[in-house]
Amino acid sequence: MAEVTKLIHKYLRHDKKFPHVWCPGCGIGIMLGGLIRAIDRIGYEKDEVVLVSGIGCSGRLPVYVDFNTLHTTHGRALTFATGVKLAKPSLKVIVIMGDGDAVAIGGNHFIHAARRNIDVTAIILNNSIYGMTGGQYSPTTPYGMRSSTTIYSNIEQAFKISELAVTAGAVFVGRGTVYHAKLLDSLMEKAILKEGFSVVEVIAHCHTQYGRQNRLGTAVEMMEWQSENAVAVEKAATMKPEELRNKIVIGVLVDKELPVYQDEYKKIRERAKTTVGR
Amino acid sequence: MERKSQSQRKKKSHQKELLLQGNEAVVEGALRAGCRFFAGYPITPATEISEILSIKLPQVDGTFIQMEDEIASLGAVIGASLAGVKSMTATSGPGFSLMQENLGFAIIAEVPCVIVNVMRGGPSTGLPTSPSQSDVMQARWGTHGDHPIIVLSASTVRECYDMTIQSFNLSEKFRTPVILLIDEVVAHMREKMVLSDGEGVEIFDRVKPTVPPEWYIPYEDTPSGIPAMANFGEGYRYHVTGLTHDIRGFPTSRPDEIGPFIARLHRKISQHFSEIQMAEFFQTEDAEITIVAYGCVARSAKRAVVEAREKGLKVGLLRLVTIWPFMRSAVEKVLQISKILLVPEMNMGQISREVKRVNRGVSRVFTLNKVDGTIITPEEILNRIEEVS
Repeated sequence: MAEVTKLIHKYLRHDKKFPHVWCPGCGIGIMLGGLIRAIDRIGYEKDEVVLVSGIGCSGRLPVYVDFNTLHTTHGRALTFATGVKLAKPSLKVIVIMGDGDAVAIGGNHFIHAARRNIDVTAIILNNSIYGMTGGQYSPTTPYGMRSSTTIYSNIEQAFKISELAVTAGAVFVGRGTVYHAKLLDSLMEKAILKEGFSVVEVIAHCHTQYGRQNRLGTAVEMMEWQSENAVAVEKAATMKPEELRNKIVIGVLVDKELPVYQDEYKKIRERAKTTVGR
Repeated sequence: MERKSQSQRKKKSHQKELLLQGNEAVVEGALRAGCRFFAGYPITPATEISEILSIKLPQVDGTFIQMEDEIASLGAVIGASLAGVKSMTATSGPGFSLMQENLGFAIIAEVPCVIVNVMRGGPSTGLPTSPSQSDVMQARWGTHGDHPIIVLSASTVRECYDMTIQSFNLSEKFRTPVILLIDEVVAHMREKMVLSDGEGVEIFDRVKPTVPPEWYIPYEDTPSGIPAMANFGEGYRYHVTGLTHDIRGFPTSRPDEIGPFIARLHRKISQHFSEIQMAEFFQTEDAEITIVAYGCVARSAKRAVVEAREKGLKVGLLRLVTIWPFMRSAVEKVLQISKILLVPEMNMGQISREVKRVNRGVSRVFTLNKVDGTIITPEEILNRIEEVS
């Protein structure tokens, strides 16, 4: 049996009514494949994995896979994940979000989960648009681009999700694209294994909405753009800022050590039991 | 509500006399009920609950976390409950408004949890340090969509303790969030409370599935309407979603699945009214006038009943402990006795609307509304009784 068929049998939910909700050519499937391959390589039991998501196209991802899956409210996935992880730290908690989910409505939760160093992995699919609701601009829609709600032009500056995560204190931040599938697999594996708040930003295309409205071509053409404009982080270090404008820096941006929340909380419990009064 | 005391939980009781604040009694009740996770955000007048739990929860291997806002607080509480830990949060009006979003999630996904709302004056920032009863309707209808809800109240410090335990029990039993409404007066007032260690308090834990995982249907209809609940990580992998879902938890848009699901959500509460609804009838047997009150106002009302009786007026009190589902049967009972009902409330008339709805013109229903941040006194109730009788 081909490797991919084995993984499909092992991880997809056979009792779920397929087909899935994603458009033909969507990048979310590549992200899901990478996630499954990463979990399979690490060797987690399906019972110990909790997949949490918010709302939007990427929010629909957990329903298809055979883990403990939790499809929460818009932007709040990290708050639910925080509760799951702290209540039962043996669970491996992975959060799937979109760009609007993670840094618009969920922006506050995102920076605070990073600051606290909660041991969860946030995988954020960034396709620069609200796809499910019909192509409205998101906090990562670049300046000057068109969307359903910026017909005349987007006059807002875009967030850089990975850089935001670095600033907020995430201990592991990696960025990849759905074109660079092998890099994405390894980034997800590293992020999941990392203790503390880890982030993988997945640059993807939404040819149905963002691509169509900005005349960027088919899914394949948009993926070719990812290939042409991605710069490895090692190479980017040797380039000037003006050379890096409109480029996507991919690879591991941060990998550092900070005390992990649940380990610190264990110490608090010990202190609470030995301290009399205040 | 029928209160069973389980003999195995009954030990030789060790009585403790405590001088406690309502908020402190909430903490004691929560810990007694088995709460081991709290997530909250600082807000007056509920803050003491957070502060004390931040000290006490780690002592019993529980977890306290201060989140970035109240939306996050309830999100974390729901997550922790799904992982199998009894969880709660505490807040006041403005924070309760923010929680409405995830409250709806807990209802549709049927996740047990407890929300304590120490009511203060509103709207908006309103009166942070003054009492109010103005969140009665928000507790009922604050989150969008058709939904059932269980809301309890407390009038005394002792009742803060008891009703916190009840809130956990009902939430675990019916797989639903339970809201405990107290007000700033009861929350900050200190009263003597006798607590016995081995007291026969019944503690209810959620019913877990006993079938093999491949047979488990997470949102199956049952005669009680309440499906068994598997905790994350215990071998029953299933899908939890805020989307309308089928019995397996998967999103559905089929009318033949949606209708029965929403009907079951309501039925699991409505067919168990007798287990949920609690009230106190005080001297109502011969009452020509019955006061219907709850929370701190019920204390003044009780005093007013005593004083009115001394003057020879036949006055009684129906004290609502369960606020929602509304105690129609209790009101109907006093309507058979009293020709006049008086509903004093620290809002513009939220429960009196319900009383009038049940009354349907049988008796005369009068209101006494006060929204200036001060309590309704026994004298004010007595004066109103004299006006209407």
